[in-house]
Amino acid sequence: MPFLMGNTLNVWSQAIASFQPMGLPLGLVILAAIPLVFIALYSLTYGVYGERKISAFMQDRLGPMEVGKWGILQTLADILKLIQKEDIVPTNADKFLFVIGPGVLFVGSFLAYAVLPFSPAFIGANLNVGLFYAIGIVALEVVGILAAGWGSNNKWSLYGAVRSVAQIVSYEIPAAIALLCGAMMAGTLDMQKITMLQSGSLGFAHFYLFQSPIAWLPFLIYFIASLAEVNRAPFDIPEAESELVAGYFTEYSGMKFAVIFLAEYGSMFMVSAIISIVFLGGWNSPLPNIGSFALNDLTSGPAWGAFWLIMKGFFFIFVQMWLRWTLPRLRVDQLMYLCWKVLTPFAFVSFVLTAIWEIYVP
Amino acid sequence: MQELDTAGLGSVRVTRKSDNVVVLEKDLATEQMVLAMGPQHPSTHGVLKLECLTDGEVVTEAVPYLGYLHRCFEKYCENVDYPAIVPYTDRMDYLSGMNSEMAFSVAVEKLLDIEIPRRVEFIRVIVAELNRIASHLVAIGTYGIDLGAFTPFLFCFRDREHILSLLEWASGARMLYNYIWIGGLANDVPADFNKRVREFVAYFRPQAKELYRLLTENEIFVKRTKGIGIMPADVAINYGWSGPMLRGSGVKWDLRRNDPYSVYPELEFNVAVPDGKFSDIGDCLSRHIVRALEIDESLKIIEQCIDKMPGAEGFDPKSAIPKRIRPKEGEVYGRAENPRGELGFYIQSDGKSTKPLRCKARSSCFVNLSAMKDLSKGQLIPDLVAIIGSIDIVLGEVDR
Repeated sequence: MPFLMGNTLNVWSQAIASFQPMGLPLGLVILAAIPLVFIALYSLTYGVYGERKISAFMQDRLGPMEVGKWGILQTLADILKLIQKEDIVPTNADKFLFVIGPGVLFVGSFLAYAVLPFSPAFIGANLNVGLFYAIGIVALEVVGILAAGWGSNNKWSLYGAVRSVAQIVSYEIPAAIALLCGAMMAGTLDMQKITMLQSGSLGFAHFYLFQSPIAWLPFLIYFIASLAEVNRAPFDIPEAESELVAGYFTEYSGMKFAVIFLAEYGSMFMVSAIISIVFLGGWNSPLPNIGSFALNDLTSGPAWGAFWLIMKGFFFIFVQMWLRWTLPRLRVDQLMYLCWKVLTPFAFVSFVLTAIWEIYVP
Repeated sequence: MQELDTAGLGSVRVTRKSDNVVVLEKDLATEQMVLAMGPQHPSTHGVLKLECLTDGEVVTEAVPYLGYLHRCFEKYCENVDYPAIVPYTDRMDYLSGMNSEMAFSVAVEKLLDIEIPRRVEFIRVIVAELNRIASHLVAIGTYGIDLGAFTPFLFCFRDREHILSLLEWASGARMLYNYIWIGGLANDVPADFNKRVREFVAYFRPQAKELYRLLTENEIFVKRTKGIGIMPADVAINYGWSGPMLRGSGVKWDLRRNDPYSVYPELEFNVAVPDGKFSDIGDCLSRHIVRALEIDESLKIIEQCIDKMPGAEGFDPKSAIPKRIRPKEGEVYGRAENPRGELGFYIQSDGKSTKPLRCKARSSCFVNLSAMKDLSKGQLIPDLVAIIGSIDIVLGEVDR
């Protein structure tokens, strides 16, 4: 039976892969995109569920308990409800921008999934400038946010959009420099190669975070900047519900709102995966080989690889949620101060120090 | 085409195009924008509307619009007997019903000039101080939400729940009690009430400390509130501020001390004012700290009341209640320290009727809110939210 299944899958995948209209290898793209879409969807469903449960436990509550055991199907019920809702476009909204906004937003966060190596055997597109592409393509989100905020024809949305654009564009600078430190340690921008360079029998000791004492600095800088890039607390000022109602998606409801949500949780996983790949070994097992206990060998392989990357990603998502439910929100000028006067100089310092370390320390 | 005049914003032209109302702002510079904050805004604490004139994120002017929750309290009072007004005072400041009832009862008792049993007074002080803690917990929790910290809010509500259970046990209701009557109480407290209150005090002290560490000492929280919305003491007095707002500006003014009523003169407690080490005097953080400190003082008062309270033997909570409340001709102004400041009732009686001739409520929130125009000038929108939160308004009391 398993052989049959495998064969059937192969037949299917070959059929999809051979779909090449006008000589373009569209079939291959679709084939790679299907599992990625599912990963994004799962990171939404279980991200939202996890967020509600984690916040509930932090606040002495139970969280969702009604739908399914421990409320595990709550997000599905929410999505079903959102699908049924009427699709409202405000009368005075710019209809075109209002409709494409959430789509562009989701595409922006989802395109970066293409270069994430989920296991030694699976990467959507093995670009040799993968890291550069991942940093660059995220900026597309800004276009979606601006379209959504401007198209809504609502003053609060406009404020949210303008804040968001300023924030994301600013925080890309320390984030990119911090990631460059990782790229410098690897000597390549290829995500798959960066991951492979961190594998070894000692497990976590090969990860770049533990390879040089300076790597902690870009690691922390990127983590803070990534919080701002995905609009998470304490940098959630673009949607600041107590100030701007809901920021750039104030006017959205139903499925469009769900797509914005999907984009948010999608990019949360995306930045978590990037930080895991660059600093924490991506799909490499963190367990070392201890004498005859070959833990590292036992927990390596394509399936284990996907497991480790997703687990590392979920760990960072957990930290993001932990911070969100603990800290108040920064003010918009304090946010800019943190970016330009604290994170960016320190990113440059860590860049120079990493370069010196890489040249003079073997 | 129609010309409207909105307060302070110059004239605004409204054109009607079928169902769409297009508002064109005249007399505004191009970088200015009119922003209606509320009445459905999440952080205006109810149905307050602030019409802001903004320049980017900077609010150059903010005008509060009131009246969305107006329920004709004063007119209603002229048409019912005195005891029937008491439940209505609950609905003014719905977060501290006991305190409002006490203020009204104190005023009418002053007019009637009657003696109240000591046990009644102590029970009144206990429930009022419990209610003050509950009210401050809501104020602190929602202030956290205004600044983006969600968890302290739920911690506050978890602890407030215990207080509401205690008050429910005593009076039968969770928010709108009708427990303190003119001249007495609706009923005596249950037999084990004092024991439970003591248990609550023991439970709550560490929780209050945790809350202080979690919210008040948080770096981002201090950054957001320190030096924001500074109100100098003299201006605060001129505006008629009272309660934690005035004490936040460094004025040691507390009606429980300065114009004592009930058994407060016998009790030991401090009037909490900020010391200026942790916060700038008069800023949002000072007002927040005053509330946090007052919770401790209220706990002290409750413990003392339980110790000093006479026993329940032969006690009738209704013994001093007059059969028919018909005060002599005259007028009185009775006031009490509410969680939000001075709540005063000016009552005029014609000497013949069992209904007041005139009953005016001096609302603390309304007076505190009147300084909004001064406080909001030149602030950022996030700071405006922080300032409104620090005023701690209850729109039920503002609009009455």
